[in-house]
Amino acid sequence: MKKFETHTGVVAPLDRKNVDTDLIIPKQFLKSIKRSGFGKNLFDEIRYLDEGQPDQDCSGRPLNPDFVLNKPEFTGSSILLARTNFGCGSSREHAPWALDDYGFRAVIAPSYADIFFNNCFKNGLLPIILTEAEVDELFNAVAGEPGMSLTVDLVNQKVVSPSGQEYGFEVDAFRKHCLLNGLDDIGLTLEHADDIRAYEAKRRESAPWLFDAIK
Amino acid sequence: MAGKTLYDKLWDAHLVRQNEDGSSLIYIDRQILHEVTSPQAFEGLRLAGRKPWRIDANLATPDHNVPTTERAGGVDQIVDPVSRIQVKTLDENCDEYGIVEFKMLDERQGIVHVVGPEQGMTLPGSTVVCGDSHTSTHGAFGALAHGIGTSEVEHVLATQCLIAKKMKNMLVRVDGELGIGVTAKDVVLHIIGVIGTAGGTGCALEFGGTAIQSLSIEGRMTICNMAIEAGARVGLVAVDDKTIEYFEGRPFSPTGEAWNAAVENWKDLVSDADAQFDTVVEIRAEDIKPQVTWGTSPEMVVAVDGQVPNPANAADSDEANAITRALQYMGLSADQAITDIKLDRVFIGSCTNSRIEDLRAAAEVVKGRKVASTIKQALVVPGSGLVKAQAEAEGLDKIFVEAGLEWREPGCSMCLAMNPDKLGNGEHCASTSNRNFEGRQGFGGRTHLVSPAMAAAAAVTGHFVDVRTLETN
Repeated sequence: MKKFETHTGVVAPLDRKNVDTDLIIPKQFLKSIKRSGFGKNLFDEIRYLDEGQPDQDCSGRPLNPDFVLNKPEFTGSSILLARTNFGCGSSREHAPWALDDYGFRAVIAPSYADIFFNNCFKNGLLPIILTEAEVDELFNAVAGEPGMSLTVDLVNQKVVSPSGQEYGFEVDAFRKHCLLNGLDDIGLTLEHADDIRAYEAKRRESAPWLFDAIK
Repeated sequence: MAGKTLYDKLWDAHLVRQNEDGSSLIYIDRQILHEVTSPQAFEGLRLAGRKPWRIDANLATPDHNVPTTERAGGVDQIVDPVSRIQVKTLDENCDEYGIVEFKMLDERQGIVHVVGPEQGMTLPGSTVVCGDSHTSTHGAFGALAHGIGTSEVEHVLATQCLIAKKMKNMLVRVDGELGIGVTAKDVVLHIIGVIGTAGGTGCALEFGGTAIQSLSIEGRMTICNMAIEAGARVGLVAVDDKTIEYFEGRPFSPTGEAWNAAVENWKDLVSDADAQFDTVVEIRAEDIKPQVTWGTSPEMVVAVDGQVPNPANAADSDEANAITRALQYMGLSADQAITDIKLDRVFIGSCTNSRIEDLRAAAEVVKGRKVASTIKQALVVPGSGLVKAQAEAEGLDKIFVEAGLEWREPGCSMCLAMNPDKLGNGEHCASTSNRNFEGRQGFGGRTHLVSPAMAAAAAVTGHFVDVRTLETN
């Protein structure tokens, strides 16, 4: 997994709450059996004016001029600013894959749906939770200075604005450790293989039917 | 010390280890796989040279991409080449690793959340995961079940465990008696309307109270299915005699002495009387009417005798903006009566409402009636091949076809339109599925979530109608 320590980048404001994963990456693009290549279809239905198809060359498609990522000052954005309950709906990991493939390294919102939140950490994408008031403040700041950058400092758990304003955030110790070191969860879990075997041996005694083979 | 909630009990029984950093390792008894969220997981295993930890804890079936029209030609006949590759990839991965798969032409194929319980693969007291958010469905039997992403699918394949953090306990208690014509779907839509689409975020959401106890097992599955639309990854209903009866004699259910021991164990799968919940919401069953969603989030829901909201009456500007945006997308006007919404298509199916009781309820409404001439298409898509066979044995297929509905092969179909079943731009659909997000059922499509009886009533009238006012045939 990609490491995350600090990152500075342009902030793109997406001013709507309950952004669902269908909106982040529509279903026709879920047919791919790869993990990459979803960036060009990120937010497809609100980014383009026509209906997108898998494997399509998007360079000639009509763009929605009102959509934030189509505005010149936000090209190359790598931090997404969003509202409450970001990433709700489907469990598709294609949503963080699409954000990552587009070039986003962090999302800032007051709250996230649980599955999306979890999926981000598996892909080196940092979902930051700030209070609604702080997120409001950032939306106002970006409105006043479109194209502004923020610095995300995971080591010290803070977001820093160009004026030096700092916003602290919480992150689970385990997730922070994995992101800072680019660690693979499976490798870490397999270090506890003996614990898993011991659990299975004990559980087999108390609930043997759960070990009946599906065959 | 306070007693334990059902979720506490399930968590404790599956805790493999508590790490010092606050994370935990929990054991996963069963995993269900489908074609959309598994290919990258198998690829990850291969790249890392890892083997599945317990192959026989997995079951696979293709559901999202499969065509629901005549499909005797098998996978090779799937018209969309990208869909075909995805279904083939699942077949190849399962063959390579020796995972049991109900392939497209197997009679047991169907939607993962219909097939798992139907086979007794999901059992009370087990942990069940699947790369699909509607895995919350399986909580209806007192199983700890939730959706996961593809990295976690790979993690479970490789380790039979998940790294997890304990959720909070939330209880929604629905007490009283549900009125005639008010179904499990109406109950859960009403709940989402009350607590909101993020109301259960971070929680394991147990549904209790006399109205929930009175529901059939299939009704409870509908409720738990949509826990995720209230933000809760996990939905739960306590085990009772109905649960135990449901599992007797299913293909993967325990038998003989093991069955007796399992039943003894399952009887404890209830929240203790003195258990503490972090949040409790109380709802009166008598307040629930048939529901219809008008907007682009499941929380945008009202009773069928109500009206589309007016942004002028919103609590704050955020809400007003959300209403305005939704009205624009949905092509509706503020204060419009729900019964004035005209439909173009009707979809009866999905992991929410495609089981035999759902089909019976819809058939009862359309029997002896005809689909309105203004409806372009009305689909009935059973949840599995076995549900389809049961419905045909009961003659339901004939009732649907005589009324002018199309009787299809099992799959996810128009719930998310990954196969050819989809809405056209701007079309309104009365749908028994679970999400009314923008574009969910097709580019520019407008989804209204309802119960099977309400969808059937809309099919024969061409607009929404309170199913309770239709004369019984």
